[in-house]
Amino acid sequence: MRALVLRQLTKTYKNGIKALKGIDLEVERGDFFALLGPNGAGKTTAIGIVTSLVTKTSGVVEVFGHDIDRELEIAKSCIGVVPQEANFNQFESVQTIVVNQAGFYGIPRHVAKQRAEVYLKQLQLWDRRRSIARSLSGGMKRRLMIARALMHQPELLILDEPTAGVDIEVRRSMWEFLRLINGEGTTIILTTHYLEEAENLCRNVAIIDGGRIIERDSMANVLRKLQAETFVLNLREARTAVPRLEGFRAVLADDHTLEVEVSRGQSLNRVFAQLSEQGIEIDSMRNKVNRLEELFVRLVDSRGRAGAAEALT
Amino acid sequence: MTAPAGRAAARWIGFRTTLIREFGRIVRIWGQTLLPPAVTSTLYFVIFGSLIGRRVGQVGGHDYMQFIAPGLIMMSVIQNSYGNVVSSFFGAKFGKYLEELLVAPLPNWLIVLGYALGGVIRGFMVGTVVTIVSLFFTRLGVLHPVLIVSAAFLTSFVFALGGFINAMLAKNFDQISWFPTFILTPLTYLGGVFYSIRMLPPWALDASHANPILYMVSAFRYGFLGTADVDLRLAYAIMVIAAVGMFSLAVVLMNRGVGIRD
Ligand SMILES: Nc1ncnc2c1ncn2[C@@H]1O[C@H](COP(=O)(O)OP(=O)(O)OP(=O)(O)O)[C@@H](O)[C@H]1O
Ligand SMILES: [Mg+2]
Repeated sequence: MRALVLRQLTKTYKNGIKALKGIDLEVERGDFFALLGPNGAGKTTAIGIVTSLVTKTSGVVEVFGHDIDRELEIAKSCIGVVPQEANFNQFESVQTIVVNQAGFYGIPRHVAKQRAEVYLKQLQLWDRRRSIARSLSGGMKRRLMIARALMHQPELLILDEPTAGVDIEVRRSMWEFLRLINGEGTTIILTTHYLEEAENLCRNVAIIDGGRIIERDSMANVLRKLQAETFVLNLREARTAVPRLEGFRAVLADDHTLEVEVSRGQSLNRVFAQLSEQGIEIDSMRNKVNRLEELFVRLVDSRGRAGAAEALT
Repeated sequence: MTAPAGRAAARWIGFRTTLIREFGRIVRIWGQTLLPPAVTSTLYFVIFGSLIGRRVGQVGGHDYMQFIAPGLIMMSVIQNSYGNVVSSFFGAKFGKYLEELLVAPLPNWLIVLGYALGGVIRGFMVGTVVTIVSLFFTRLGVLHPVLIVSAAFLTSFVFALGGFINAMLAKNFDQISWFPTFILTPLTYLGGVFYSIRMLPPWALDASHANPILYMVSAFRYGFLGTADVDLRLAYAIMVIAAVGMFSLAVVLMNRGVGIRD
């Protein structure tokens, strides 16, 4: 059983922007899944469609097998969502917000009050339960929205940049908490601009750019790709066949250009040694930025220094 | 997954929660919701009832004060039912916390009903306040309690839905005052709150019959005084049709996501 299936999902906003251009995605039950992509890639739009906040233009969405066009209420009851931007009444108290939200999902009030205590304590908000939401700090507001999303104990939790603007200590405690509930069986999908976050938490990843999925793999594989660097070597003399390079993947981009993929830990000397043996001379060399790196570089640009440091480590 | 019985129970809890939330809002900001009508209605009673009313004499066989009391109660019910929903729903839309309801497994008609009845609760709370104020100035007998409550309920429901629809269509704060300024207030003032339409010249009397508020106020007044400017059966037919029509329109707009879903 898949927690989420998207088939040929498209979205064109009224202003003509094509935010999603046909997305196919499957997320297994129990998975911890990252949806990565630069600003404006379409992550929030996709989440909005799954959670009924945005109307899709075409395509199919299934939540635990329930098509949102036919079984919307059941599909909705399976999902808890933590949005990118605060969307609670700033003048209501923390406790009122979470208890009422449970009510909207049909949880009886006395049960809701017990759960509120559990989740607000777990997210270190119990002491602030009577505070007006407006008076909370940014990090507390995010935790409030996590508590709120859990009140009906959804099988699928979707978090849109849950740790944006949250300090490193709180971020780590949030990670621990998310790992805990994923361990208890909740499927989690999150979007993030921090590579470190996805690396730490997620087993599988999809990368979305310009409204299309450009990568869908296990986190381990994606990291492997990321850690392999491609070098572009300019050859002095034209060649028609790829030279033999044991231990490396190499392709000829054109007759003067050889591209060699070098994983971390492999020595470049071995490339040069093998090429010299075959009498091949190299004029110059540069780094080729692969698609994924390019993407992350863009991610980094959009998130400033803090993100940059993490993405590069 | 959820059995139909379980679904019905869940919907009921969800619906009750929307009412609890609306009631909580009315009480939390009582200085904006309950106090102003008490103040303005006192002023109306002092100025129109005591000062001017004494010179007016009898209207439709009653003291002027007695005549306008039901009208003033109804006017505040209309304004507050409308005002409650327009500001609560627009606030939720503007502050984005409407999303709390949109992501929840509640059908649209139940969301509309929740907000509309929230407006009715405010209308009845304010109506009670104004009734109490009126008792300081005049004596009000209750001749037909069922008529009083049913006319107030239907009217309140209709204008609460008017507030809902206005809030859905409004793109900014200016636009939530269009309907009250250009439609609601004129129709209320011309709807026989302060005078009997029998006092009007023939053309104005005829024109008044196109005003739905006339029927609402008349039916409500009949419950207290036993006299009405219009046929009661027609009045109820109009109120029920307006209620059903407004409710359907609100649900259609919700289903289309007008102004709330991109
Ligand atoms: N309500 C809207 N109306 C019109 N266009 C929109 C709307 N919301 C988003 N868009 C556009 O759709 C595209 C995708 O936006 P979306 O918010 O889904 O991106 P994102 O991946 O969540 O980005 P970020 O990382 O910045 O949150 C963008 O070009 C954006 O300008
Ligand atoms: Mg986003």
